[in-house]
This record gives sequence, structure tokens and C-alpha cells, in this order.
Amino acid sequence: MLTPPPSASKTPPMISMREISKSFPGVLANDRIDFDIFRSEIHSLLGENGAGKSTLMKILYGFYRADSGRILLDGKPVAIQSPNDARAVQIGMVFQDFTLIPAFSVAENIALFLPDLDTIVDLKAVSRWIEEMSARYGLRVNPDAMVYELSIGEQQKVEILKLILSNSRLLILDEPTRVLAPHEVDALFQVLYSIRQDGYAIILITHKIKEVLECADRITVLRNGGVAGSLVRSNASEDKLVKMMFGRKLSGLKTGKKVIREETALPILELQNVHSHGEGAETNLEDIDLKVYPGEIVGIAGVSGNGQRELGDVVLGMIKCVKGTKHLFGKDVTNSSIQKLRRSLVGFIPENPLTMAAAPFMTVLENMAVTKTWHYALQGGLTMDWQAIKADVENTMERLGFSFSLNIPARSLSGGNLQRMIIVRELTHDPRLIIASYLTRGLDVQSTIAARQALIQARGGGAGVLLISEDLEELFLLSDRLIVLYGGRIVGSFKPEETNFYEVGHLMTGSEVQNAANT
Amino acid sequence: MLPIRNAIKRSGFVRQKTVNAVVRYIFMMVLAFLLFGIILLISGKDPIQSYKDIFSSTLGSAYGFSEVIVIMTPLLLTALAVALPSRIILINVGVEGQLYMGACFATWGALAFGDLPAGILVPLMILLGMIGGSLWAFIPGYLRAMGIVNETITTLLLNSVAPMIVSFFIFGFWHSPMDTNKTPNFSPSARLPTLFNTRIDLSLVFALVLLTLFWLVMKYTRWGLEMKAIGGNPQAARRNGIPVKLYLISIMCIGGAIAGLAGMAQVSGFYGVLLANFSRGIGFMGFLISWLAGGSPLGIILTSFVISIIISGGNLLQLTINLPYAAINVLLAFTLFVVLARPNFLTQRKEA
Repeated sequence: MLTPPPSASKTPPMISMREISKSFPGVLANDRIDFDIFRSEIHSLLGENGAGKSTLMKILYGFYRADSGRILLDGKPVAIQSPNDARAVQIGMVFQDFTLIPAFSVAENIALFLPDLDTIVDLKAVSRWIEEMSARYGLRVNPDAMVYELSIGEQQKVEILKLILSNSRLLILDEPTRVLAPHEVDALFQVLYSIRQDGYAIILITHKIKEVLECADRITVLRNGGVAGSLVRSNASEDKLVKMMFGRKLSGLKTGKKVIREETALPILELQNVHSHGEGAETNLEDIDLKVYPGEIVGIAGVSGNGQRELGDVVLGMIKCVKGTKHLFGKDVTNSSIQKLRRSLVGFIPENPLTMAAAPFMTVLENMAVTKTWHYALQGGLTMDWQAIKADVENTMERLGFSFSLNIPARSLSGGNLQRMIIVRELTHDPRLIIASYLTRGLDVQSTIAARQALIQARGGGAGVLLISEDLEELFLLSDRLIVLYGGRIVGSFKPEETNFYEVGHLMTGSEVQNAANT
Repeated sequence: MLPIRNAIKRSGFVRQKTVNAVVRYIFMMVLAFLLFGIILLISGKDPIQSYKDIFSSTLGSAYGFSEVIVIMTPLLLTALAVALPSRIILINVGVEGQLYMGACFATWGALAFGDLPAGILVPLMILLGMIGGSLWAFIPGYLRAMGIVNETITTLLLNSVAPMIVSFFIFGFWHSPMDTNKTPNFSPSARLPTLFNTRIDLSLVFALVLLTLFWLVMKYTRWGLEMKAIGGNPQAARRNGIPVKLYLISIMCIGGAIAGLAGMAQVSGFYGVLLANFSRGIGFMGFLISWLAGGSPLGIILTSFVISIIISGGNLLQLTINLPYAAINVLLAFTLFVVLARPNFLTQRKEA
């Protein structure tokens, strides 16, 4: 059933996972999964959110214990009960959220991770070693640079270097391209190819079919906790993989005709010369000029941490403008309360539904009511009109094709359903302005289409949308205008058809200037 | 069919849970009494006789029972003064201070307008007491809402200021010519009416009404829902357009007002005079009760009742078997320890 890659046809697999099962309360995350990884191959683990990819890999890395099943290293069973055990058998993992210490230099971070670190640390030797290895694999980083000075792409390089220097022979990369701009993705793949040549095995967890077809040698598709199939790349095609991932063909998104807006129309939202002062880890916004017209989706592109979250919060009023003005429907709302903005029908879908928008111990229905308590209050607030709330919510759920239970605590919803809950809540009352951050995070493909469709529908109804995302495909698909944020400033403003992924990607990572200097 | 079956299953589950909780709490009480029995044995007293005395003196007679209620009444109010703010994650450690300020304001009313008939004077004193308590609570509430200082610290610090203000007035303007540490006795029209020919006064009714109101507000009203939202996730509540700052200030003030009412009831009902240091920790005890009861109104009533029995019985043991009052604090402490530790004997089953 499993075809080994041609180069490794005679060698046994490095790691075999056999009949791995793992269940969490209410979910069978992994159901008797068989998985092989050979030396010198890039093996892509493809699947939707919730298909069980991360669980399987966390079992391999010793984060979780499998309920049943075996792991074989070169044909011999091994017990991997902790990440330490995993590292002892040369398995390393790069997590989605990096584990580097920002205040340490690259060399210090890597030295900390080395298994056989001397009592007296010879950082110079470590640095030399880093330089040697980074030259060999095209992972150029300055060992003396502080990690907080590095871009996300560079931090990822450090994470990979860290694993290589600590003798890992199998690298598990969890959604490595999520935070990267397109040209950085290309660079990452080049690095992976050169590592592969030296006999390293690489597992790439992802849900992006295009990337898989570009760089993987072999592809295993997971669906609903089971293996949907395993292919060599030459046998794979986009259609085949989609069918394996979802078990069916998908209905497409109807982007509809973009409404041609009148330039003379009053913008729904207008930010003029807005500055904000970030607290703690927040980014300062500087000199933001932005207009959202009725019937328009304005996409905000940027690598996470460049001011997108702050931008959404400034519009909502969570963060104060220290300079500049904010107008909603032509009215000055620079210092208005969030309450007032919410009452002017501003919908807000934040990047993290659980921490930023929901009360975990309240029921879903109660969570639905909290943005509109004034609307549903009866007898001046002595009771709430729960019937009306339920009717409105169910109406929207039906329109979007979402379904989830209303009478359970919000915290018992899965991540995807939580996101659906927030989308339903924020779209229930036909908001005039929608601020949507990472709209489709955690959603399966079907729901993603429904959520995007809902935004397009809202636009058709004359609403303005501020769509904040890292997913360039989504932004190009939906936006009427595209704005790029970098370091809290607007560094580019385009119509999507007048630009391309690479231009935007360079702007997102702040590398445009250097490129211009080179040419 | 299916929903019904589910409902039955769920109600059975709920009943099972309640039974478990009750058994568990009884077990905890027994454990506390056992531990205290050892202390009694060590100090050469007969524990069984002591416990008999405690229960017969409190629950065994109408008078004893009424004395328990007298002790319980202010505790209900002070516990509520903690429980209400706790719903929006405000930790009000300052009930003691708010209680003193309420008593202080009410006393001013009693002394300045002593000639007014009771029908006017008592409501006026209630109002003054609540204003006093809420003004004292406004300071930490405002500072917290503006993000300047955490309310836990300010309420705690203000606790030691309030009794001094009371003392300042007692030893100054309001000094009674006969006594050193109290004001002149209040006129009869400044006294809260008592009930059933006992020392129980009208504030018991206030306390029970307020606790019921608290329950109703939290369960049914818009404000209860908004408070739940703030308590559940303050950041999300702000984003969802709930005026969090307004709630922080006003709920703190209402909590203070309830504490002030407790103070007013103490001077107007129980003592009939303002004494320096009259409270002896009623505010702190309310804090403990509220947290032990998890802020639930029924829990507050039950916990206050049990604690009042211990206090009342302790007073008696002091007289009958010459037990130092500190020993009763040991029993209270044991109770607290056991409840806080929540030993898990019954539910040994898996917990995810």
C-alpha cells in the first residue's frame, strides 16, 4: 500500500507508526493510523483542521501518549513517552509558536538546546558551528543577533538550525508556512531540499495542497482521524488530494460581482493620521490613513505582530488614538466608547475567539446575547427576551449553514465551532461595518466558504468590511482594496488585480527596501 | 423521546451531584469537629460534653436559636457585600472599612436628628449608612476602573483607616460624657425595630431580601447577564460593548452600600450606640463566608448559619467550661482549612 520513495526503496523506514489510536473526550483524534517516514524524504501530512495531524505528530514527539499502537525506529519498537525520549532517538519538532527566548542571542538560544552542553559554555565554538551549518544548508543567520531583532522567517531558520545542531535526524515542522511570506516559503523549501540531501527526514504538517504538490516526496492524507490515503507526489494531483481530504468535491465560493462604489459616497469608516501607543508587547500604530466605503472589503495584509490586532482594536475603541481622528458614517468617534460603536452596528470578529470575544463558562446562547443586551432587554432590563435571541441566532445559523448546540458552555465548543459562534453573533444584526480578523481560522473548508460568502453578502448589502488576515489567497480573493501593514505603518495600498503575492509578501516582511537597493 | 431521556439522565446526574456535595460538606464538618475534639482533649476538656453544650445552647432552645440568628444577620450582609463584586472579579477585602464608614454616617444621622420620629429617622440612617459605605468603596472602585491600583490592595489598606475615622469622631465631637469609648446612646427612635421579642432586628429581613434580589438579578436581568459576561471574560466584555468601567465602579459602590447597611444595622439595631472597634471582624468573616460559599446566596445563608453556631457556641463554652475564646478561633480555622482543602473522598473517579 505504501510506496517508498524511489531513492529509499531498499532501506527500511526510519520511523514506522503502527495502529496508532488516540482519543480525547468526545473525539477519536487518531484511529489506527499507520505512518512511515524514510530517510531522505520530505513527507507531507495533509489534512484539514481537526483531521488529527497535530495529534499524531505530538504522539511521535512524546507530547501525548497514544492509547494504543506502536512506534518502530529502524524496525525496533521504541517507547517515546516525553519530548526528551523523542530527542534521544533524534526526533525534533518545530512548533507553530516558536520556543526561542527573545532576549537571548541566536547562539545562546541554540546552545541552550544542545543535549551535551559543557558546564562552561564556549559560545564562540557554538557560533562557529552555527555558521558552518548555516552556510551548508542556506540557513543564513547571524549567531550574535538577538532573537527579538529577527523576522519570523529568520526565527524559523534558527528553530531548524537548533534541531540540526542537536543531532535531530527527523524534523517535524508544524504548519511552517503559516507565518511566512511567499518568497520566504520558497526559501524554506530550498532549505528543506538541501537538508534532505544529507539524509534527513522531514515531516511537513500542512493543509495547503499547493505547497504539498510543490515540495513533498510523499503525501499522507488524514481525514477525521484516519488515513485517507498515501501517495507519491508523481501520482498526486490537486483534485485527488482535495477528494481525499474532504471525501467529496466542494462547492466553490461565489465571489459575485463587485459593487462599483461611488467615489463620492461617504466612507463608513475613516481613519486620519491615527497614531496609537502600544502597551507591553503591542505594536505602535503610526500615521494610519484608511477609508472603508460602503460595499467594499478592505483587506489588511501583514505578518502577525505588525499592528493588525491593534488596528482592529483602535477602530473598535479598545485602544485609544493618541493622535489623529476616527470617523464613522462621517461622525467623529475618535473618543467614543466601544458601547456607542457597537450600537452603531459595528461587528467585530477578533483573531482569538476564546480570549477576546467569549466568556468560556457562559452558555453559547448567553454569549450570543452579550453584544446586544440593550436590544433584547425586556421591561427595562428586568428580564431578557431569550426567545428572540434564539430565533435571531438560529436564523443566522441557518443562513450560514452552521449548526452547533446553544445550551452548552462556550468552552466546550471546539475551536471551529467557537469561531462559528462568533461569526454568527457578529453577523446576526446586519452590521454596517465588520472588522474581521482571521475570519476563517480553525474552520473547515465548507465553513470557510460559508463565512466568506457571508462577508460577500454583507458587502452586497452595503456594509463595509475590514478584513485582517495573513492568508494572502484569502485577501486576494475577497478584497476590493488591499493594504499592507508593516511595523505599525501602512506600507502599501493596492487593488488586488494590480499586484501579486510576491510584491505584497515583500512588503509584509519589510524587504522591499533592500530589494530596491539591490536592483 | 430523546430529549426527554436526556433530561431524565441529566436530572439524575444533577441529583447525584447534589447528594455528593451535601455528603461531602457534612463529612468535612465532621472532620473539623473531630480535629477540634483532639484539641479539647489535649486541653483537658470533655469534647463530647462540649459539643453537646454547643448544640443544646444554640439549636436546643428558642432563645439560643435567636442568638444564632442575631450573630448571623450582619454576616449575611457583609458576605453579600463581598459576593456581589466578586461576580465581576472585584475582590472586596474592604467590607470591614465600609462597615465602619456606614456606621459612622448612620451615627451622625442618629445624633444630629435624634428628635425625628422613627419612621423618618431610621430610613434616613439606612440611607446615610449606605452612602457612607459606598463612598468608602468608591475610592478603590474608581482607582481600579481607571487602571491605577488594584482594588484588593486599596480596600485592604482602607480598612485600617476607617476605624480611625470612627475613633476620631467618638473621642472628639460625639464623645459621651459618661463613657470613654462610645458615643451617647441613641434615642429610641434611632433604633431598628426588633422582631419576635428577641434581639433579632429588622436587618435580618433586609439581608434576606437583598440576597434574594441578588439571586434574581443574576439569574434573570440584563445587568446580571452583563455582570456574568464581565466575570467570564473582562476583555471580551469590553470588546462586546459592555461598559465595564461603569460596572466596576457602580458594583463596588453597591457592595460598599450593603456593607454600610450592615454597619448601620450594628449600631442602630444591635448596640444602639457607636462603639470604637465595634465590629470585631464581621467584615472579614463575611469575606470568608462569601468565598466558602462560592458567592451563591443560598450558600451564604448556610455557611453563615454554621459559622454563627460555632461562634455562639464558643461564647457559651467560654463561660461554662472556661475555654479561652481563642480556642473557638481554632475551631473556625479548622473548618476553613477542611472546607478549603475540599478533601476528595467520594469522587475518586477519573477527572479529565
